[in-house]
Amino acid sequence: MIKLEKLSKVFETPGGGSVIAADQVSMEVPEGEICVLLGPSGCGKTTTLKMINGLIPKTSGSIWVAGRDTDTVDPVELRRSIGYVIQQIGLFPNMTIEDNICVVPDLLGWDRKKARRRAGELLELVNLDPAIFLKRYPKELSGGQQQRVGVIRALAADPPVLLMDEPFGAIDPINRGVIQDEFLKMQKELRKTIAFVSHDIDEAIKMGDRIAIFKDGHLVQYDSPDDLLARPRNDFIASFLGSDRTLKRLSLLKVSDVMLGDQVRVTAQDDVARARDMMQEAGHRNIVMVGPRGRARGFLHLNDIRDVTGRVEEHFQALPTTVNVDDDLRTAVSRMFRHDTTWLACVDDDGFFKGFVTQRAISHALGATYRDAAQPAEAFAEAL
Amino acid sequence: METLVFIGQNLDVILERTLQHLSIVGVAIGLAILTGVPIGILITLNQRAADIVLYIASIIVTIPSIALFGLMIPVLSLIGQGVGYLPAVIAVLLYSQLPIIRNTYTAISNVDPALREAARGLGMTPMQRLRRVEIPLAIPVVMAGVRIAVVMNIGITAIAAYIGAGGLGVYISRGISQSDPRQLITGALMVSLLAIVSDYALLALQKRLTPASSSGAGAGH
Repeated sequence: MIKLEKLSKVFETPGGGSVIAADQVSMEVPEGEICVLLGPSGCGKTTTLKMINGLIPKTSGSIWVAGRDTDTVDPVELRRSIGYVIQQIGLFPNMTIEDNICVVPDLLGWDRKKARRRAGELLELVNLDPAIFLKRYPKELSGGQQQRVGVIRALAADPPVLLMDEPFGAIDPINRGVIQDEFLKMQKELRKTIAFVSHDIDEAIKMGDRIAIFKDGHLVQYDSPDDLLARPRNDFIASFLGSDRTLKRLSLLKVSDVMLGDQVRVTAQDDVARARDMMQEAGHRNIVMVGPRGRARGFLHLNDIRDVTGRVEEHFQALPTTVNVDDDLRTAVSRMFRHDTTWLACVDDDGFFKGFVTQRAISHALGATYRDAAQPAEAFAEAL
Repeated sequence: METLVFIGQNLDVILERTLQHLSIVGVAIGLAILTGVPIGILITLNQRAADIVLYIASIIVTIPSIALFGLMIPVLSLIGQGVGYLPAVIAVLLYSQLPIIRNTYTAISNVDPALREAARGLGMTPMQRLRRVEIPLAIPVVMAGVRIAVVMNIGITAIAAYIGAGGLGVYISRGISQSDPRQLITGALMVSLLAIVSDYALLALQKRLTPASSSGAGAGH
């Protein structure tokens, strides 16, 4: 846990004036969560982060890290107990990757063998082969590989708390996405308490369990990404999040959040008339045809079968596409647009039909001011 | 040809004077490293101190060596060492300060600030930072300074023969005073050879002290 209480930093300027870099910042990052400190440059986010491990001395206020008031802890000892990752990576070029990873364990006086073994395990955690990389020097690695090492170096002594200062900012966009995903996967298991500085709203939404937006040294809003996007507190926040902030929520919601888990379906052997009755009864204009074990196979459109007879298998059309229930809505909407359709059949990992999602349900979910009201509403199946 | 014969006949004396020469330079450079490197590191903490120290060191280098030897005679005579080994070592020590202090200062102050921040952030004390990161990264540049000092001072030590410090300069001064080209050439040749060989030896040492893949101090990543 990280807790800040009325934390302030005043820098004296050479002209005898002073600049308030952080003004009475109070916030708490709960155990095991990632809090993204977000804001334009000069807003105080980095200053706030660096006060947590004492790299920048605070002017007033107090900081608790993992239950300890940092004033009562020796700064050097404090820093060894907090993982630290910076944008410039900062691997020591005079040390091998192994020695770089072992810096903090070595400082803490761990058994050398134990530390070296851990270095190998950590490399595997970020998909770098220890046999290849342990004895290399940082210069021999690509930027993305270096930053993976930068991250595991911070994790080497297994600190409960991690500070990350724009850790993926210097990495090209493609690699950045990959590393972010890897990191989130690691975090799922490690459950570290993380303060993460970023100036990239998309990164913040992706990485953050909570987002703290700073402006001119003030903490303006501290909320979950979804609440932030749904209810920006003021115009500054709204404009900082961007005019497309509602669309950004698409990546926060899963298909299963808005899916209509409908059991209405037909099989290939069913009679078309039965399919027609089912659609009319449910008020749908389409119905999904499933295979013998329940996999989504195709669909019927009401208009196409109004005046026909026979079995479903004689008349069905192939599904243009489906969407996984665990995909985010961004993916779902993208597929809908690509195939010019207003609904998608939802399947699980094995292709079993789970329900469907409609454009109307999605826009309702996004438009709802309160997240709780955005549950899949039966009323929005009409697009089907 | 005459010179070669001369060298052949005097190999033992040449060797002795070469060792004398090396002993003056070696001892003086050793002391210069012990003083210059800490000074170079310390002045990174204060810009004003750095300016003053580097200024003084530069002035010392501009004093002609023969004048410096002359200046030391009355001072060191007070302890009965006006001429000979001691003033030669002191002169070399003083001349070596500039390249060694300046290169140390430059190397340490050019260490990538990101590395310094990473080192602090990971919990290194200032001394650990210096020992584990800054000094290892500074070594190639410091060694370059040491090489400059060695080569420069092998030449200066030749002049110390005039104040009775011995060394290969003896051949040169006698060659001049006795109009003996054999001695003159032998002295000049040996001094040059010594400078070249020392430079290569130190270069080899510098490479050994630098991890294969981190050549170039202060390079960030």
